[in-house]
Amino acid sequence: MSKMHIKMKVNGEEVETLAEPRELLIHVLRERLDITGPHIGCETSHCGACTIDMDGKSVKSCTVFAAQANGKDITTIEGLGDPDNLHILQEMFKEHHGLQCGFCTPGMITRAHRLLQENPNPTEDEVRFGMAGNICRCTGYQNIVKSILAAANEMNAAKEAAQ
Amino acid sequence: MIPAAFEYHRPDTIDGAIKIISEHGDEARVIAGGHSLIPMMKLRMADLSHLVDLQEISELKGIILECQSVTIGAMTTQHELITHEELAKVAPIINEAALQIADPQVRYMGTIGGNVANGDPGNDMPGLMQCLDADYILVGPNGTRTVKARDFYEAAYFTAREEEEILTSITFNSPVGGYAYEKQKRKIGDYATAAAGVLITKEGGKCTHASIALTNLADTPIYCEEAVAILTGSDLSADVVEAATVAAVNASDPGEDNRGPIEFKKHAAKIVIRRAIERAIERA
Amino acid sequence: MNEMTPPKEERSEALKGLGCSRKRVEDARFTQGKGNYVDDIKLPGMLFGDFVRSPYPHAYVKGINTDAAMAVPGVVAVLTAADLEPLNLHWMPTLAGDKQMVLADGKVLFQGQEVAFVVANDRYAAADAVELVEVEYEELPPLVDPYKAEIEGAPILREDIADQKEGAHGPRRHPNHIFTWEAGDKETTSKVIDDAEVVAEETMYYHRTHPCPLETCGCVASMDKVNGKLTVHGTFQAPHVVRTVASLLSGISESNIRVISPDIGGGFGNKVGVYPGYVCSIVASIVTGKPVKWIEDRIENLTSTAFARDYWMRGKISATKEGKITGLDVHVLADHGAFDACADPTKFPAGFMNICTGSYDIPTAYLAVDGIYTNKAPGGVSYRCSFRVTEAVYLIERMIEVLAIELDMDAADLRRMNFIKKEQFPYQAALGWEYDSGDYHTAWDKALEAVDYKALRAEQAERVEAFKRGETRKLMGVGLSFFTEIVGAGPVKNCDILGMGMFDSCEIRIHPTGSAIARLGTISQGQGHATTFAQILASEIGISADDITLEEGDTDTAPYGLGTYGSRSTPVAGAATAMAGRKIRAKAQMIAAYLLEVHDGDLEWDVDRFVVKGAPERFKTMKEVAYAAYNQAIPGIEPGLEAVSYYDPPNMTYPFGAYVCVMDIDVDTGVTDIRRFYALDDCGTRINPMIIEGQVHGGLTEALAVALGQEIAYDEMGNVKTGSLMDFFLPTAWETPNYETDYTVTPSPHHPIGAKGVGESPHVGGVPCFSNAVQDAFRAFGLKHTNMPHDHWRIWQTANKLGLHD
Repeated sequence: MSKMHIKMKVNGEEVETLAEPRELLIHVLRERLDITGPHIGCETSHCGACTIDMDGKSVKSCTVFAAQANGKDITTIEGLGDPDNLHILQEMFKEHHGLQCGFCTPGMITRAHRLLQENPNPTEDEVRFGMAGNICRCTGYQNIVKSILAAANEMNAAKEAAQ
Repeated sequence: MIPAAFEYHRPDTIDGAIKIISEHGDEARVIAGGHSLIPMMKLRMADLSHLVDLQEISELKGIILECQSVTIGAMTTQHELITHEELAKVAPIINEAALQIADPQVRYMGTIGGNVANGDPGNDMPGLMQCLDADYILVGPNGTRTVKARDFYEAAYFTAREEEEILTSITFNSPVGGYAYEKQKRKIGDYATAAAGVLITKEGGKCTHASIALTNLADTPIYCEEAVAILTGSDLSADVVEAATVAAVNASDPGEDNRGPIEFKKHAAKIVIRRAIERAIERA
Repeated sequence: MNEMTPPKEERSEALKGLGCSRKRVEDARFTQGKGNYVDDIKLPGMLFGDFVRSPYPHAYVKGINTDAAMAVPGVVAVLTAADLEPLNLHWMPTLAGDKQMVLADGKVLFQGQEVAFVVANDRYAAADAVELVEVEYEELPPLVDPYKAEIEGAPILREDIADQKEGAHGPRRHPNHIFTWEAGDKETTSKVIDDAEVVAEETMYYHRTHPCPLETCGCVASMDKVNGKLTVHGTFQAPHVVRTVASLLSGISESNIRVISPDIGGGFGNKVGVYPGYVCSIVASIVTGKPVKWIEDRIENLTSTAFARDYWMRGKISATKEGKITGLDVHVLADHGAFDACADPTKFPAGFMNICTGSYDIPTAYLAVDGIYTNKAPGGVSYRCSFRVTEAVYLIERMIEVLAIELDMDAADLRRMNFIKKEQFPYQAALGWEYDSGDYHTAWDKALEAVDYKALRAEQAERVEAFKRGETRKLMGVGLSFFTEIVGAGPVKNCDILGMGMFDSCEIRIHPTGSAIARLGTISQGQGHATTFAQILASEIGISADDITLEEGDTDTAPYGLGTYGSRSTPVAGAATAMAGRKIRAKAQMIAAYLLEVHDGDLEWDVDRFVVKGAPERFKTMKEVAYAAYNQAIPGIEPGLEAVSYYDPPNMTYPFGAYVCVMDIDVDTGVTDIRRFYALDDCGTRINPMIIEGQVHGGLTEALAVALGQEIAYDEMGNVKTGSLMDFFLPTAWETPNYETDYTVTPSPHHPIGAKGVGESPHVGGVPCFSNAVQDAFRAFGLKHTNMPHDHWRIWQTANKLGLHD
């Protein structure tokens, strides 16, 4: 089957690649663009390890075809912070032991990022409900929830300080 | 889990989409959010060679609220339904049901059109639409027609939609009175073990209008006529609620699966239906 | 002390050593998406492998046609058993002394079995070709129920060994029978039970499930034909053993094989075994001369690699009228699937199931385990537990509850009455183990007080009355469990894997400027070894943990070790780390003595330095010593500062804990709500409390999953019913409660730093605790026992059988 040109904005940069329409977005990111932060966990859109942000939505990239993603604006874990300037969620996950094997973490943080954009001041229940599309096998979620709530606090405090 | 190859189309009008479908017949399938279709394709259980992506068709998007009615474009996502503040006021049952569908990521992609059109008995929106007595607008090569949600479902994955038609929008009268969508499931992301949508309108201690529909309790959604008849005009006493619940359960026909045997499902359905009726009455 | 010297506490704190909640060094890369997992590895020219798998649980393979598959553009090869046979790789040995087909050799024995291996330029071409491999099967009747394995007319599964009367673990009484394994005194136990005042008996099924780490299994095999070197990156919990196996199977010298476990996305036992995918990738790389990647998908993971449990257990427990336990008799029918591929130490075909006397002083006991072949996937791994310890603890913790019902006693009191007493340690258990240390009564009393146990029982009694009056449809369960683990395998004298003694190792190099690198024979899968082992070392050698790099998983650089599973890393490799650190310190002391011009016996260790006794102003820090070791000639001492330790533990360690779960149960819908979960763990010396707490949260959540819904279920025709995450229950944040953690500290007397290990305790103790909560809710209505998983419909069924829906 012939390949098509896929143009996307990924982590702020315009990228272009050739891919079969059927290629899954997660494969395009990981194998064609070497963006290996998002992972493949279940392949049936249950686990959320492949979560990315696409046009402002949290999306499971194992359930999106490359062709569907053509023209989209995508942010992955790689686009959230850099080594000298970590995203506050990255800081808080480290601080509160919100990860163990690290496999779910990129999807988890990318999803949490969108959650806090939409609800900057969530309750614990709202965090648990809002994160229910991401499975973690190691942490039992308690410290993930703690990390996200702490990040929300920090972000709000920073916002207040800026005002 | 790798899907087979296909040709991809992204038309920007309904007519354009229908033209492609007409050209390729049963080798073409439309894709909305894709969260039912793509997993099936990855398991190679859906066979197609032309995929028609509806995302670019602006006519399929949007929520229109008129004084008495609601029209929702087929490509409206569950997330958009949930976050639409006006819709939440006009038809709060939509919000309540949509929040119980799948998980946050799936709700960003999953659309109401995809949910009602593919005929999966596990989907929540078909039952809800029967409860709301919604009309589905179908557009095909021969024009536009309307099918009632209550007449749309024939068997699991079989509906009144012709192969060359696209379900473009859903419309229903703004519900009044009390409402509830009650769902039992094993975990977030699961289909219902049993779910029920209920609408109740009360005036002067009497029920003036009622509607009950069930999800995943048969190979199609079920509109419970007999239960509705029992409630309508009644005083909504405990005995009436019990009788309506029993009638609704009798209308169900669940199959055995990993969620449990038939006997359990009927019992769970009874609880879920009763809770939904009671909650709708409370809110009426 | 010299005025310039910071106080002891300050220096101690600066080390970030034992006992502090040091933040994890691993997290920088993981939080930025820069972990390096197997599927992230991309080598030039890399090919992809994908399996054709059997749709049938039991069938003859009459023919395989690969023509159409080979015609798919990008397909390089399709391997079948016939291709592997000349290399003698169509079968491979299992860890349990059996052998297993790598690719179907004339027959398939479970649904999902590997039949052919397609190798292509990319995974899409491979997947397309898999669809086109034509396999002709002749279906055979499947054997699904292990109780029907030995009846007349039962299908014979393993025709390859049908005539062998002797297996790896003694006599076989039937072609579908694998072994009988016994422990304890059969006759005495039988007599004690016959003569007992009270006997409780129960049969319970510990259902088949799966570790299901978020990352599936996979590897990249790369044969460099120019240099004759084979490199295999893989999801291996025991990379060194994999190297040995690869060498034995391939004939390539171990020195020419490099096995690398990169970052691993969770293991929980799934990644201990050697799977056909690894063998096929290696063969394919040797055949094609190119790197070959193979990554399981989730369905393949759940249906073909490494199930856990599947034990049908019958227990009989006897006691005096007052409740003093006198004897325990246990029989297990163990469903091992199509090949005996259990990952246990060689001499223990049922793992450490003989820890099933639990935390109780039971004078007489007997255990027999019968292993059986069925048409199911092979495996039998220890899913977040030491070998079969979860099964053992579940059995005894259920038997205690059943006995409490028989005696009409409170189950907490019954436990307390029978605990091994503090002064009895080291305690010789009836089934052979010597428990190292414990203080069960203190832990139990602390737990019961923390949850206000009496108030819970009072509330529960009120709830029962309210239920009977029709005021509520919710019952309340108080789940108790007290567990003793046996971890840290293990002494080389009785524990080996494929003949390799189960020691572990650590090698340390101190650099001239006073930082260090340590390499271990283990491999972290999320446990945070790079953080915690550096802490152990920091306390031993006085160099800050932040200055110690830790490496694992590369067989070219790390010392040989048996890997990470069965909570053995802290007890064994952690001990090796401490011992290697002590060797460093011993040499450093000689150097310091030379530098300070005193006898080495005149020095004492003070956190991070050697100080001349009685002259605190005269000292040399470890950093100064390290520099001296490299920059000056010291008579009689070799330059450099390095050490290696291979640690053979004298005994296992025996962590223990006391858990309480409070649960509300809707008897109509079967929906459970965990109101409270309290977990007290005693893992001996605590290395990093933050990490311990994280391990407890995670282990409890995996326990919740297993107890409340997670299963690998087969229908009666041998089809897998729970092959994807739609049906295989992994709880999300929404279904998972918050946990309260607590601890006591009873150090292991034989471990260098007194640590016992904790990673698996919460799973081992958690499963019976959640299950007991469900069962306890129905005790007032006559329930004695009901099998897990306690999902909605099964709870409903329990309530229904008890007449609670009438």
